[in-house]
Amino acid sequence: MEISNLPISPSLRSKLLAKGYTNLSSLSPLSPSILAQELSIQCEEAIEILRAIPHATTSKNAYTPHGIIPGAVTAWDMLSEEQMQRHISTGCNDLDTILGGGIHCKEVTEVGGVPGIGKTQLGIQLAVNVQIPVEYGGLGGKAVYIVDTEGSFMAERAYQIAEGCISDILDIFPSNSREFLSCKERLRANNFLDGIFYFRICSYTEQIAVINYLENFLTQNKDVKLVIIDSVTFHFRQDFDDLAQRTRVLGGLSLRLMKLSKTFNLAVVLLNQVTTKFTDGSFQLTLALGDSWSHSCTNRIILHWNGNERCAYIEKSPSLPSASAPYLVTGKGIRGINSNFKRARTMPS
Amino acid sequence: MANKLISQMGLPPSLSHVFSARNILTSKDALSLPELDLMALLDIDIASVRSAVARISEATCPPFQTALALMEEKMKSGGYLSTSLPGLDNALCGGIPFGALTELVGPSGIGKTQFCLKLALLAALPECYGGLNGRVIYIDTESKFSSRRMIEIGESSFPQIFRIQGLAQKMAGSIIVVRPTSISEFNDSLQQMKLTLLQNEVKLLIVDSMAALVSWDNDKGTSSSRLSPLRGSLSFLKSIAEFSRIPVVVTNQVRSHSNDESFHYIFQGHKKDTSSSERIESHLTAALGIQWAHAVTIRLIFEAHSGHRFIKVAKSPISPPVAFPFVVEASGITLLNQEGFGVAGSEINAIRCQGLIFGKCNIASRLLLSVVFTCSSYT
Repeated sequence: MEISNLPISPSLRSKLLAKGYTNLSSLSPLSPSILAQELSIQCEEAIEILRAIPHATTSKNAYTPHGIIPGAVTAWDMLSEEQMQRHISTGCNDLDTILGGGIHCKEVTEVGGVPGIGKTQLGIQLAVNVQIPVEYGGLGGKAVYIVDTEGSFMAERAYQIAEGCISDILDIFPSNSREFLSCKERLRANNFLDGIFYFRICSYTEQIAVINYLENFLTQNKDVKLVIIDSVTFHFRQDFDDLAQRTRVLGGLSLRLMKLSKTFNLAVVLLNQVTTKFTDGSFQLTLALGDSWSHSCTNRIILHWNGNERCAYIEKSPSLPSASAPYLVTGKGIRGINSNFKRARTMPS
Repeated sequence: MANKLISQMGLPPSLSHVFSARNILTSKDALSLPELDLMALLDIDIASVRSAVARISEATCPPFQTALALMEEKMKSGGYLSTSLPGLDNALCGGIPFGALTELVGPSGIGKTQFCLKLALLAALPECYGGLNGRVIYIDTESKFSSRRMIEIGESSFPQIFRIQGLAQKMAGSIIVVRPTSISEFNDSLQQMKLTLLQNEVKLLIVDSMAALVSWDNDKGTSSSRLSPLRGSLSFLKSIAEFSRIPVVVTNQVRSHSNDESFHYIFQGHKKDTSSSERIESHLTAALGIQWAHAVTIRLIFEAHSGHRFIKVAKSPISPPVAFPFVVEASGITLLNQEGFGVAGSEINAIRCQGLIFGKCNIASRLLLSVVFTCSSYT
C-alpha cells in the first residue's frame, strides 16, 4: 500500500512524501519519536500517522477463524445464517413467495412506482408487519420511518393497517392457550404505532444527517429491524445542481445504508419515484436517480399497473428470479388477490 | 435545520475554527461533501473528520416522534376541513386533511375554482355552523376569483347564515386574495406568509392554479425544466401545510398528451392496449408532470365523460379510489350520488373530458344527467 492512500491529512502526507516515504513498509520499523524528528512535526502527529497504518500489515499473524482473511465468513456459514433469518411479510402471499418469504434483513430493497400505486402503503404495511410478535411468526422488531417532502405517511392509515394486521393474526391463531394469551396484551394497534419512529426531513442535508445519525440511534434501539425511507429521491432531485457531486453523495449514502443493514441485521427499504427516460426512440418509465444509483440496492421491486391489477415485479435481485405478483391495496392494507379480503368485501354488501 | 451553524454545535474549538476558516459554515456545506473531500479541504485526518461529521449530523438530525404521538397530536388539533359534500367527506375520512397538500386536477371549466370558492367559504364560516372560523389565503394566479360568485354560493348554500346582518361582510373580509404576477413574486409572498400564518389564524391556503404560474415562464419546456422554478415552492408549500397544520389546496391544469408509451416500463414491452377507444379517451394528463404528482398527498381529479362530471379520488394514502358524479349549481358543487362507485386500474389516473356541458346546469339537465348516470352505472 502506498502512502498516498493513507487516511491522514494532506499536509502530513506531503511531508512524508517529501522525506521520501512512499511505501508503508518503510514506515513500519520507525518509532514515533524518530518519525517526528525526521518530519519536524509534533510527536502526537507522528503517532497519528503510525496508527493510521492498516492493522493487517502490522499484525499479519493474528488469529482468524477461517485462516486467510480476517473478518471473512465462508459461504456455508452464510447459508446457514440465511436460513435462520426471518423475513418481513408484505401482507400479500404471492409477493412474499416471489420474494422468497418477504423482505430480507441485511439487504437494501428499493421499491418504485408511479404516484398512487401504493408505495407508501407498502411502506406502512412493512412498518406494521415487522412488529408482529415472534410467537406469531413475525420479527417482533421496531421500525424507523424517515419521511421527506414527498412521502405521505399518515398515522391514521398506520392505525388502520395495524388493526387489520391484528385482526388477521387473531384469525390465523385463534387458540387461547396460555402462551398466546400472554402476548395478546401486546397486540394493540397503539403498541404497533408506538414502535414506529418517525423522522420528518425537509432537505437533503437533513436526510444525510439522519442517515449518519442512525448508527447512533440504532445502537440505542437495538430492536429496530426495519428502516424505511419514503422517498429517498425527492430532495436529491429537487435541490442538486451539480450532478457529479450528487452521484458521489448518493454513493456515500447507499454505502452507509448497506453497512447499517449488515451491522444491525435489519432490512432497509427505500421508496423511489419514477421518471421518464428517453430510450430507443420512445419515452419509458424508469426509477429516478439514474443508472449509478441503480447499482446501490440489493433488490429492486417495481410496482406497476397491469391492466386493472396492481402488480409487483422483481427487477433486480441477486438470488431471486424475475417474477411478478398481483396485489391489492385494501382497507386493511396490502393483501394478496386470493386472500380472505374478498370474503370481507362481500360481507357488508 | 440545514442552515444550522457549525460553530454552535459544540465541536472542539480547534476543529470548529478549521471549518469556519475554510468557509464551511453550515451543516449543509459540510454534509454535501464526501468525507474524503472534507479531509482534503480541511487538512485534518479522517478520524477527526468522521467524528466531526457524526457530531454535525446529530445536531442537524430532526427529532423523531413515534407514530402514536403523531396520531395523538393530530387528534388534538382536529384533522379535516369538511367539503360539505357528505359522500366525498366520507371517502376522504372526514374531508380535506390538515397538514397535507391536496391537489385538484381537471380540464378548464369543469368546476375546480367553484370547489375552491366553496372551500374558502367553509373555512371562513363560524365554528357554530361547522366552519373553521379562520382566515383564508387565496392565491389567485389566473384572476378567476370572483367575490360575487362566492357570495352567491354562500347565499344559496347557507341562506340562514347569510341573512344575519354583517356576517357576509365579515366572512368575505377574512378571505384574503393574493394575485402574484410572477413566480418570484409568488415565492416571495409564500416566504412572508410562513411567519404570519399562525398569528393571523389562517386556516386554509388555496393556490388556483399552480400550473398557470409555470406556464408564464416557459410554455414549451420539458417536464424537468418546467418544474425547476417550482422546486422551492413545492417543498415550501408542503412544509407550510405540515408545520402550520392547515390544509393546503392547489389546482392543476391539464395538457393533452400524445403518446401513451411513457406509461410503461421497459420490462413491460410495447404492449398495445386492446381497447383502442380507451386510449383515445385518456390522452389528457396533469400539467405539472410526474414529479409533482409524487409530491401531492391527495389528488382529486375532476373529469367529464359519459355525459356528466365526476370528482375522483385518484391518489390518497387513506381512501380507496372512488368517483362521484356532480353538477355545478348556484350553491356550488353538488354530488348527484353520495355512495360513489369504485374505479380500478388505468381508470384511476385517467383524466377524461368528453361532452363537458358548459355553463350552469338547470333542473332539467340535472334530471337528465341523473338518468344518464343511472343507466351508465349499470354498464
